[in-house]
Amino acid sequence: MAAPRDLEPATVPQAGVATVGGPAVAVEPQAAAGAPVPAHRSEFVYFALRNWKFVLGLGVVLVFLAAALFGPMIASHAPLEFSGPTDQPPSSDYWFGTTSFGQDVFAQFVHGLRAAFLVGAVGGGIAWVLGAVVGFTAGYRGGAIDDVLNMLTNVVLVIPTLAILIIVSAYMNVHSYAVEAVLIGLTSWPWAARAVRAQTFTLKTRDFVDVARLSGRSTRQVISSEIAPNMSSYLLMMFILLFGGAILIGASLDFLGLGPSESVSLGLMMNNAFLSSALVLGSWWWFLPPGIGIIGIVGGLYVMNVGLDEVFNPRLRET
Amino acid sequence: MSLRVDDLKVYYRTLRGDVQALDGVTFEIADGEIMGLAGESGCGKSTLGKSLIRLDGRMRHVGGSVTLDGKQLPLGDDRAMNAFRFKSVSIVPQYAMSALNPTRKVGRIAEELLESRGIHFDGVRPELVRRLELVGLSKDVLGMFPIELSGGMKQRTVMVLSTLLNPSLLIADEVTSALDVSSQRAVAEMLVEFRERSYVKSMVFITHDLAILYQAADTILVMYAGRLAEKASSDAVISRPKHPYTQLLVSSLPEVGVRYADRRLEGIPGKPPSLLEPPQGCRFRDRCPLAFAKCAEQPPFVEVEPGHRVACWAVT
Amino acid sequence: MLTLDGVSKVYRIGAFGGKSLQAVRGVSFDLRPGEIVSLIGESGSGKSTIGRMILRLDRVTSGTISFDGGDIAQLGRTGTKAYYREVQGVFQDPFSSYNPVFKADRVFAMIRGAYFPGVGNDEWHEKLCASLASVGLGPGEVLNRYPHQLSGGQLQRLLIARALLLDIRILVADEVISMLDASTRIDVLNLLADLKSRGLGILFITHDLSLGNYVSDRTLILHRGAVVEMGATEKVFGDPRHAYTRMLLASVPHLHERWRDRKRNGDLALPPASRDDPAPVLVEVDTDHLAALPGKGEPS
Repeated sequence: MAAPRDLEPATVPQAGVATVGGPAVAVEPQAAAGAPVPAHRSEFVYFALRNWKFVLGLGVVLVFLAAALFGPMIASHAPLEFSGPTDQPPSSDYWFGTTSFGQDVFAQFVHGLRAAFLVGAVGGGIAWVLGAVVGFTAGYRGGAIDDVLNMLTNVVLVIPTLAILIIVSAYMNVHSYAVEAVLIGLTSWPWAARAVRAQTFTLKTRDFVDVARLSGRSTRQVISSEIAPNMSSYLLMMFILLFGGAILIGASLDFLGLGPSESVSLGLMMNNAFLSSALVLGSWWWFLPPGIGIIGIVGGLYVMNVGLDEVFNPRLRET
Repeated sequence: MSLRVDDLKVYYRTLRGDVQALDGVTFEIADGEIMGLAGESGCGKSTLGKSLIRLDGRMRHVGGSVTLDGKQLPLGDDRAMNAFRFKSVSIVPQYAMSALNPTRKVGRIAEELLESRGIHFDGVRPELVRRLELVGLSKDVLGMFPIELSGGMKQRTVMVLSTLLNPSLLIADEVTSALDVSSQRAVAEMLVEFRERSYVKSMVFITHDLAILYQAADTILVMYAGRLAEKASSDAVISRPKHPYTQLLVSSLPEVGVRYADRRLEGIPGKPPSLLEPPQGCRFRDRCPLAFAKCAEQPPFVEVEPGHRVACWAVT
Repeated sequence: MLTLDGVSKVYRIGAFGGKSLQAVRGVSFDLRPGEIVSLIGESGSGKSTIGRMILRLDRVTSGTISFDGGDIAQLGRTGTKAYYREVQGVFQDPFSSYNPVFKADRVFAMIRGAYFPGVGNDEWHEKLCASLASVGLGPGEVLNRYPHQLSGGQLQRLLIARALLLDIRILVADEVISMLDASTRIDVLNLLADLKSRGLGILFITHDLSLGNYVSDRTLILHRGAVVEMGATEKVFGDPRHAYTRMLLASVPHLHERWRDRKRNGDLALPPASRDDPAPVLVEVDTDHLAALPGKGEPS
């Protein structure tokens, strides 16, 4: 039996769900409990821009993005070209110095940033799409379909991804970052699928799904027009995490020397630096930029996400 | 025991300003009285119930006082109130039966509750078992997890736990609302039984259901939009209500025996005012069929008959 | 118009669906135009499940539900769409029934595409306003608003208006007013009673006996998935024959008679019936009044 929902503020809040504005203002609506932010774009922007974590994270990522987009245009040398003296510290010719092979570290760095964003976007994007499709289908359809998809998800989840990627990379001789990104995408979707499935389960029981069915909507239409919009904040944050995660995995693979060797990436830079004993030789200009690059982008994304969480879920805000 | 509430004001702080949820409330509860607190959504009854024991997060004690057994309760001070909670004032909050920790056995929940108040569990255990049996639960309940109990059983368990230390005042917040009809009666009668056996001296029984209050409460206090409308014995409120809001409310309640074909009941058009910027004067004015010029001034809550108080210019 | 014949619903629960739960057992009744039938039961009685099966939101495990003579389980996609033109539902929680990221009147837009494809904007607006008027809402107060800006009563009425727009013949109202304030409840209830005169058949599902008594022509009392008593409302409430009905009536708080003043004749005691028992047999105890024979151990 339910008490009139319109009883005062005491409704049990649900995690991961947002309301904007304070508790019930006298009249019935405690609708907020259980509902994400209505599509008040302006309200979202207002709160987002006032959240220092979001702004800081976004700022850092945008700086690196700008460097990735414009850096290669202003770099004076090609990244792999043995253009100059070896092991030079930063100077006016070579802003980030040179490697022990005489390559321009700055050029490598900005090209590496490009590769990083590519891997993040493609790898993260694929994982996102796969995770969302599997999660929505399993969550909404339930029953046998759910059991099967669940098993599939758990299997892929349990497989040691890095090991698989190492093996595949070793045999496949990965030639481009796009391929690497695809491989990453195909192995990092399970946790996203589980999260989406759980949220879908909750949303499925809401009456508006029934009302949509009673309006003649098909399963696919219900998922895309009713359920997904309610999870928009969640899906956005999930994408950001997958993006960052893909970059990290990509950098790890490259560091292990399993990424494409004919181009440049941050991980590969660090690998080369390590192999050339840059640490011992004190060539900090070689390994520091890629390291900061990776930490900066991934860290910035995560901090942005924490900020977004606070924007979407006012209960987390410190008022 | 006696409870005296004097011009109590409790507001909610929100981004858009202060919601004046309780705006100057004054009344008394005598020893052994079960007072029903009735009203619709947003009237402030839950806020009133909660402010007597613990102000949560956004609630602010803005003014007024509460005196229990001659001692003033330090409402604004959470730590100081700790000495009173559970021992002098106890609450069965809304959704209490859903608030039992699902990972703990009931006995453990009880033990932790008592130990946190510095009471040795073993000393109280026999009494706890006695009371559980009184309400129809066997002592095996102590060894069960909440999920193994039905809604009615959980509600009874929570009520026994809340009244274990014989508080002077019990606040029962919507304890019957989430139950089936058959359990509702059992729980309502249990509340009265507790009072008969002096486990609890007085009670504030908060609910939207006037019919249950008629059955179980001695007096009923009707609230509207953060202010008091009427307080009288339950007989008087149901059979001889004086405040127009109460009158309209009581006449809108369907009863077994009344059919649409015989007599069409009417509701109250409109809705309660926003408490962010409440209107001046009587808050029921906009919806009241008896409203006149004087209603622009807030009517005082005065006694028009012995034991019957109303806040309405049309009556006083 | 709508006939249920021996309808049952079994849920598979537990790991890998090992155990089964009989939610509804052998329920049969019919709903005629221009009448309100109440389905009264406590939680777990299966009343909401019956409503959902009639709305084709859940599948029937055994038995048939027929609408105008045709078995609704046989309807394909187009058949279902046509069915929803005649049969609609309104649910308990007004705030859950609306997708919070969209405006409330989207519920109208959702049916426009599927059911009113050729209708121009002006004509559509006219239809909308007519529908809103018939539920007592003004277009200015509800159009273009988000659900959280409206009250529960308004939201419920909006859903009823949506159903009326389709010109339905059956409305399933599942606990539609239990989440509303007392003063608005009666207005929505009166609205449902008024709709009877349009020839609508209404299935009113509730746990509150006084509401069922107020508004319905016939009543069914459900206990653990099976019907234990059914018939004309005055007869079921006035002369309850089954022990469960009597228990329910004895437990309801009345406004003019105290519990302690009534004669207690053991009405409140009731041994619980088991869900796994076969559906009780209903016998006619009076014209338009059937009650189940007492089962094993039940008081008669």
